Amino acid sequence: MKALAARRHHPMALLVILLLALVATGGLYAALQPQTAQAEAYTDSDVEAGEALFLANCATCHGLDAAGQTDPDGQTLGPSLIGVGAAAVDFQVGTGRMPMQHSGAQAREKPQQMNEEQTRQLAAYVASLGPGPAVPDEEWLDTSQGDATRGGEIFRINCAMCHNAAGAGGALTRGKYAPPVVGVEGKHVYEAMDTGPQNMPVFNETNLSPEDKRDVITYLEALDETGSPGGISLGSLGPVTEGLYAWTIILSLLIGSAVWLGAKAK
Amino acid sequence: MTTTTPSSRKQSSDGDTRLLRLGAVGGDFLDQRLSGAGFVKFFARKVFPDHWSFMFGEMALYSFVILLISGTFLTMFFDPSMEEVVYTGPYTALQGETVSRAFESTMEIAFEVKGGLLFRQMHHWAALVFMVAIFVHMFRVFFTGAFRKPRELNWLIGFTLMILGMAAGFSGYSLPDDVLSGNGLRIADGLMKAIPIVGTYLSMLLFGGEFPGTDIIPRLFTIHILLVPAAILGLIVIHLVLVVVHKHTQYAGPGRTNRNVVGHPVLPVFGAKAGGFFFLVFGIITLISATTSINAMWVYGPYDPSPVSAGSQPDWYMLWTDGGLRLIPGWEFTIFGYVVSLNMLIPMAIYGAMLAFLALFPFIEAWVTGDDREHHLADKPYNAPVRTGLGVAWIVMYLILVLAASNDLIAIALQLSINDLTWLFRISFFVGPVLAFYITKRLCLSIQRHKRDLALHGQETSRIVRTGSGDMIEIHEPLNEYDRWELIAHDDYRPLKAGKGVSSLRAKATSFFFKDRIEPVTPAELRAALEHAGHEKHVIDEATGGDYRTPAEKVVH
Ligand code: HEC
Ligand code: HEC
Ligand code: HEM
Repeated sequence: MKALAARRHHPMALLVILLLALVATGGLYAALQPQTAQAEAYTDSDVEAGEALFLANCATCHGLDAAGQTDPDGQTLGPSLIGVGAAAVDFQVGTGRMPMQHSGAQAREKPQQMNEEQTRQLAAYVASLGPGPAVPDEEWLDTSQGDATRGGEIFRINCAMCHNAAGAGGALTRGKYAPPVVGVEGKHVYEAMDTGPQNMPVFNETNLSPEDKRDVITYLEALDETGSPGGISLGSLGPVTEGLYAWTIILSLLIGSAVWLGAKAK
Repeated sequence: MTTTTPSSRKQSSDGDTRLLRLGAVGGDFLDQRLSGAGFVKFFARKVFPDHWSFMFGEMALYSFVILLISGTFLTMFFDPSMEEVVYTGPYTALQGETVSRAFESTMEIAFEVKGGLLFRQMHHWAALVFMVAIFVHMFRVFFTGAFRKPRELNWLIGFTLMILGMAAGFSGYSLPDDVLSGNGLRIADGLMKAIPIVGTYLSMLLFGGEFPGTDIIPRLFTIHILLVPAAILGLIVIHLVLVVVHKHTQYAGPGRTNRNVVGHPVLPVFGAKAGGFFFLVFGIITLISATTSINAMWVYGPYDPSPVSAGSQPDWYMLWTDGGLRLIPGWEFTIFGYVVSLNMLIPMAIYGAMLAFLALFPFIEAWVTGDDREHHLADKPYNAPVRTGLGVAWIVMYLILVLAASNDLIAIALQLSINDLTWLFRISFFVGPVLAFYITKRLCLSIQRHKRDLALHGQETSRIVRTGSGDMIEIHEPLNEYDRWELIAHDDYRPLKAGKGVSSLRAKATSFFFKDRIEPVTPAELRAALEHAGHEKHVIDEATGGDYRTPAEKVVH
């Protein structure tokens, strides 16, 4: 104790304290930003390659510095990507939504245009622009550790109003829609919750913990695996399609047999 | 095992005759005790006309029988209790979930009881088919005017059966206690509470306190398996007895008049056909139920008032009641501290008016026509243009409500905006039925005009003859007597003038119904037309020498 007190006025003390303070804030920052903490290690060459890909494929809409861009009428061509994080890129590019092609109410899924390596590089570049949600760790995608029943509860309360209880998708206002979610890769489900693409709300750590998200993924996987024990599912869209089926297929079969019987009796 | 009768001691070793004799003895046994012979003979000799459009009533009957059979199976395993239990069955995605006994027992039927899922699906598909058949049957009766005297009462009984069918379906749909069925009940609760003054009490009474409570499932169960089916069964019996008493209507035709029925006797021909049809309906519903999923309530999950899923809709026959609620703007106002929810009351009033129109139509039409005669011939729909137009308008209105209730699914399927669709349906709810009425009426009138020409002048053959004087005449093939009879046998009503006991309202109504009517062919007209045709034929024969072939055809032969 004494020794410490004696050195208190050592000229290096200030520097040490400054360093310690810096490390502490940095550590605190990292601790408060768990997503960046789990971040995949991207190398500088990933970031460089990503930037090149970005300039070639994305900059027309998102701007050369990824800060977003508007057309002369003030319409957004592409929003700023600073701080959206690697998860957003992995989701948007991994499901084929980006690079966007068709301008409609909402960017649709389509076959992927970037391979896995390119997607990773793009993610590295966007992640380097500012901290944001990272691509989830394997741990949170491992459904053998998840609880499907809890996931089902979470899904029914938080997601079913847009995505339908059976995960078959549903309509939102003005031509927008929530797509089907059964059969979507677990990683993309996680990232969708984490980044809230377009009209989907963001479900961040405080809303749904990584464990909760894993449970949701486990539930969706269980739905997919169970399939439709009752036979043809008619798109799992519920009573409307069932009614349509009754009025078309079943009624024609019945009328057909009535007419056939009538002809037989003659 | 052989029967000995004093008169014939000879024992036959021939199995066939023994069987016959057994039957005869059995029949005799029943005859002597029930004096059934008279009844059987009476019933067996009843005649049923033959037309596929008369099979819809039977279709409804047979699906009801399937409902009874499959429903009885379900009652053996279903437990109508809202007691909370933890699900531990084989469906992994719900293991450990707290559910009601009703939900759990439905899950048991679906996943553990042998054949349970098939029976559940049969029960539900049969319910949908039952209501489809009822609707088609009802509109067959409507468009052929088979509701006219003396069958108005039977129309009302059928109407009640349709309402009871909806009640059966809705109460059944609510039993499994899943999210979808709970949402349906919540809407019913909301509608009930919107009724001024008594609404809240009604809801409290039905649910035994605040929604959802713990009483509703047991109560609905009693309604669903006892009250409603018993009422349906009773009314079906009366309905059928009345069909026998009134005899079935038939389409006009040679020898088919207002005073007879042409068809097959109930036994054996009609009976065999009906039995065959029963097995076909049974077979088709079983086939569908074995291959096509319906109401996968395990995905909807146990009822909990917080989640509402996208695509939450009732079964098809209740869709229309949801449509109005989706279309109406959120109109509400507060008076003396009470909220009056016009957004609920107006749709309910519209539904009531639509149903009242259907129920009362026979009486409205009889009042307009002033027709007090009995009618046993089915109208061809085009011969009653205004009735047919009104019926089509009703269906269009109903259909728009059904589509409105499916607006979210349509928006996705057609990639349209749900907001635009709502406006489209709001406008078409008013415009659609009016358009449908005029288009249908015009179509009926032109068909009538065409048939009238056909009856008078026969079929055009598109062979034109130039006579010696240079006239061009088309050869018409006259109809045979039978075909002509079908075309000219229909009623004629005229608009009435007000006064002389005719109120001005009724005069207006008759004018609405009959002002554009097309005169049926009168005997004098027919005579004149036939004379004219005879004359024309004479001229044509003179020009062609009786050979109607074209020159080209003559070359070929
Ligand atoms: C045709 C224009 C266009 C192109 C090209 C395009 N984007 Fe986008 N991007 C958009 C628009 C518009 C949005 C916002 C709407 C949406 O999310 O669909 C968007 C959104 C995004 C988002 C989500 C932002 C957020 O807030 O979550 C990411 C990430 C993204 N783009 C990445 C990319 C990448 C990477 C590329 C290149 C491979 C790319 N985009 C190419 C127009 C484009
Ligand atoms: C307000 C409505 C809404 C809610 C609530 C919502 N989502 Fe979404 N979700 C959307 C929309 C809209 C999209 C489409 C975004 C796009 O195309 O970029 C979407 C997309 C998705 C996708 C991507 C599907 C695909 O085909 O790539 C997944 C996975 C997903 N959501 C999962 C969820 C989960 C899990 C929840 C609940 C925790 C949820 N969503 C809650 C509206 C919603
Ligand atoms: C006496 C006749 C009937 C009996 C005994 C009966 C019995 C039952 C029982 C026990 C259930 C609950 C079990 C389950 O949901 O799987 C049920 C459900 C149901 N019933 Fe009935 N029912 C009868 C008639 C009808 C009729 C006439 C209709 C409709 C027109 C109908 C429509 C339904 C529907 C839609 C369900 C929900 C089925 C499901 O989702 O599984 N039922 N019925």
